[in-house]
Amino acid sequence: MSNNKQVLASELQRHGISRRTFLKFCTSMASVMALSPADAAQMAEKLATIKRQSVIWLSFQECTGCTESITRSHKPSLESLIFDFISLDYHHTLQAASGSAAEAAREQAMHDNKGKYILVVDGSIPLKDGGVYSTIAGMTNLDMLQQVAKDAAAIVAVGTCATFGGLPKASPNPTGAVSVSDIIHDKPIINIPGCPPIPVVMTGVLAHVLTFGIPELDSLKRPKAFFGDSIHDRCYRRPFYDRGQFAKSFDDAGARKGWCLYELGCKGPTTHNACATVKWNDGTSFPIQSGHGCIGCSEPDFWDAGGFYKSISTGIGEPGQWATGALAAGAAAGLASAYLNKSTKSDAEKNHQEVTLEDMGAKK
Amino acid sequence: MNEVELLNWARGPGLMYATIIMVFGLTLRIFEILSLGRPKELAEIRDSGVRDGWMTILKRSLPEPAHWKLITASYIFHVGLLVVIFFFIPHTQLFRDVFGIFWGGWPNYVIDFFTVLSIAAMLYTLVTRFYDPTRRILSKMSDYFAWVVTFLPLLTGYMAFHRLGMDYTTMLAVHILSVELLMISLPISKLTHAITFSMARYYTGSNNGRKGIHS
Repeated sequence: MSNNKQVLASELQRHGISRRTFLKFCTSMASVMALSPADAAQMAEKLATIKRQSVIWLSFQECTGCTESITRSHKPSLESLIFDFISLDYHHTLQAASGSAAEAAREQAMHDNKGKYILVVDGSIPLKDGGVYSTIAGMTNLDMLQQVAKDAAAIVAVGTCATFGGLPKASPNPTGAVSVSDIIHDKPIINIPGCPPIPVVMTGVLAHVLTFGIPELDSLKRPKAFFGDSIHDRCYRRPFYDRGQFAKSFDDAGARKGWCLYELGCKGPTTHNACATVKWNDGTSFPIQSGHGCIGCSEPDFWDAGGFYKSISTGIGEPGQWATGALAAGAAAGLASAYLNKSTKSDAEKNHQEVTLEDMGAKK
Repeated sequence: MNEVELLNWARGPGLMYATIIMVFGLTLRIFEILSLGRPKELAEIRDSGVRDGWMTILKRSLPEPAHWKLITASYIFHVGLLVVIFFFIPHTQLFRDVFGIFWGGWPNYVIDFFTVLSIAAMLYTLVTRFYDPTRRILSKMSDYFAWVVTFLPLLTGYMAFHRLGMDYTTMLAVHILSVELLMISLPISKLTHAITFSMARYYTGSNNGRKGIHS
């Protein structure tokens, strides 16, 4: 399927993309990833000469939102062209082949590019009951992941399901869903979480992998260039937070003035992503700008973090009920203790023996 | 366990255990204290002691000129703690969630001011505890423990807010855990005075009043 001899420069030329436009793209990409201007030139040089990179994309327990995100840009962009440029040798949604032909394409790509292909995974992997809850061509997701990961150069986990388990892992996690990192430990893994991830983040990371290799990652294996800051730190509503000006409902005067959405459950302070800077739909907007708090979709277990409309300073669960129960139990134990004290006291009084002066040896 | 799981544990099971231990423990202690009653007064009772009870609560809350520096520092950190706990907006959200009441919050720079002031005042009380020979001799491990568990939430809260030390998520988790340590310590340490101080003062004052010693 892949024509590995083709280089990106000729491909871009074929699409009528000028060198100037390409350099602009590389500069902005380098800027987004906090690289130096020198790195931008290097990126342009390397990207222009790279050959088609074989990519195998495995979709497990997912909703296809990640694929939708990376493919549904409003106009053909350089990012999408780079995505087009890679040799996507296996992808359920995008490939023409189906059935055994599709699986044959995967095996062929694995064979031809052994040790060199990039494995992209979206969706979580079910482990419960032998992994029967999601199979492809009769093979469990676990088996397929292990088989394909074995000879991959690197793995890119795309979307919160693949990176942290996502929705399938949400309590009570009926399928025993886990992330790619929970299974594969001997390959470099880049996590690009988000539900879905931002398209430019996916292509940006891909560009980095193609030119400079694995980018610098944080403790959750996310590229620091895109996930180094929290939404809150980069949010244009941050000054309202600092001044204590909060919207109390989605349609009150504060909300109309653009005040902070913290009290409405915004998870911006604990969420790391590039939404507030890169934004969505060609840089048009992002959820907070549209009036809704961040739901924290690029963080682990965001479905189980206490509700989208409750502040992060509140408890997960029912602290009020726990306190009421503890109060009742404490009162019951206290009454029991009071009863014991009372009986100890009355026993003491009952057994009290009066001591007279004579007892103490005084003479009459 | 990653930092998000730690935070979720602190906000979930951690908060549950701390709340149950604190509420159960404090309720039990109040019942225990009240059920002890008074010892039998063998001498003739000279006064009801009610006025003296109330006067002792008041008088022991007034600054003493001889120790004005220490008293001022103590006042600052007690008032500062109350302000920070009850008027920092994220904290008010927790109280609203638990009690259904919202009394409004103060801007962050006001809270920040009180936090720094409280931290400085607490450090002053610790340093003078070391340097004052009388207080040093009187101090036990439990006193230092009470200081540490009170100080930690202030320090970690300040660090979390200003993104110092660790990343915000981890620091927030550490802050919540330090608060939970404080909650657990409340019924089992001298920190119980947070709810018993007026009871204890009234008891002492009225007892003395009944013996004819007026406050």
